[in-house]
Amino acid sequence: MSYLELRHVAKSYGTGATGVRALEDVSLAVERSSLVAVMGPSGSGKSTLLAIAGSLEAPTSGEVVIDGAPLSSMSQRDKARLRRRTVGYVFQDFNLLAGLTARENVSLPLELDGVPARRAQHVAIALLEELGLAARAAHFPDELSGGERQRAAIARAVIGERSLLLADEPSGALDSVNGEAVMRMVLAACRRGVAAVVVTHDAKLASWADRVVFIQDGRIVDQTVPPPTAESLVADLPAPAPRR
Amino acid sequence: MSVRHALLALLSGGPKYGLQLRQEFEEQTGDVWPLNVGQVYTTLQRLERDELIESDDRGAQAGPQKAFHITDAGRDELDRWLHTPPDMTEPPRDALVIKVLTALGVPGVSVHDVIQVHRRYLIELMQQWTRLKEDEAEFDLAFALVVDAELFRLDSVVRWLDTADGRLKRAALEVPPAAPGPRLRRRLVARR
Repeated sequence: MSYLELRHVAKSYGTGATGVRALEDVSLAVERSSLVAVMGPSGSGKSTLLAIAGSLEAPTSGEVVIDGAPLSSMSQRDKARLRRRTVGYVFQDFNLLAGLTARENVSLPLELDGVPARRAQHVAIALLEELGLAARAAHFPDELSGGERQRAAIARAVIGERSLLLADEPSGALDSVNGEAVMRMVLAACRRGVAAVVVTHDAKLASWADRVVFIQDGRIVDQTVPPPTAESLVADLPAPAPRR
Repeated sequence: MSVRHALLALLSGGPKYGLQLRQEFEEQTGDVWPLNVGQVYTTLQRLERDELIESDDRGAQAGPQKAFHITDAGRDELDRWLHTPPDMTEPPRDALVIKVLTALGVPGVSVHDVIQVHRRYLIELMQQWTRLKEDEAEFDLAFALVVDAELFRLDSVVRWLDTADGRLKRAALEVPPAAPGPRLRRRLVARR
């Protein structure tokens, strides 16, 4: 069974002549341990799709199901708990809290969920160590580089028992090498069992995904088919033509 | 790919035999460009004829027992090649660009569908290349650079398709623009 399912989701903003249909009849299923990239131009509805998948916004029609539970049947309180415990978000602009250190930012979701502060901080440190950020744990966001801020944001998104990771242009304005590091972290979370959706317009980032879904004008128009093995790619490379 | 200059580069580190050059060439290019022995020896013969390299045994046929070393003229040539950008002034006759331009004039064909088919194909190729990166442990630096080069090349094509897609959609909503001015056209033609 899919871990995240969007069933015939539509979303409109406003009504009448000024109304905008952001999403139309979008169906998408994401399994655990898999990374799905949603690719499309600006204004295609990909960020709206992510907000609806993470229960930050409600669809106008259709249903979102996470781990077998339809969001429409949940109370606001249940949804808040789901956002706290199950869903990790990574945003383009990182959204780290400026007044908290990297470690405090990362441990915050656990503390909000009632985990004792000491234990939460301990888990946060272990995670930052894994991401090569232990030495910067006591620094505030404005003392970190862009790459470090994004690593902290990812640590915050995957801390605890989170099983759904939703990322909106997660490499933001990072250079290619740092962007790749971000995707490696997302993929590592997937290999541990997390279901992840990354929305991006960047083909290099999308190519890390197991499946790429293309969205245009609020509709899913196409998707990639699972690729053959990497070995066959190298074996098929032509020999260079001799130069004279 | 200039095998000729790649061999000069390898010889700049000291004298080497033909088979050794082949092995080092393949290692340096991340084993992505296999090179046959015949190609190595043919290239070495030409380099020797042009006095860019010398062998200890000038008269003998190129073979496994013959070591080559680079001459001063060879070093100059290598330096010139490394610091001279290749000629990229002429736009290549890109099959995909031609296909999209052609699709515009074919009745009943959606150019956006044509673009999407190619976009998906390119991303699938990129997924395959990216998968090679996933296993960092088996990765060597030369191979990483080659994979990056291929990913950037494919990415630039995807970005052109994205831009073309957006430009065509906007153009469909706007009043037909005037044809390009004669000056621009002349400039493009002059380049051919």
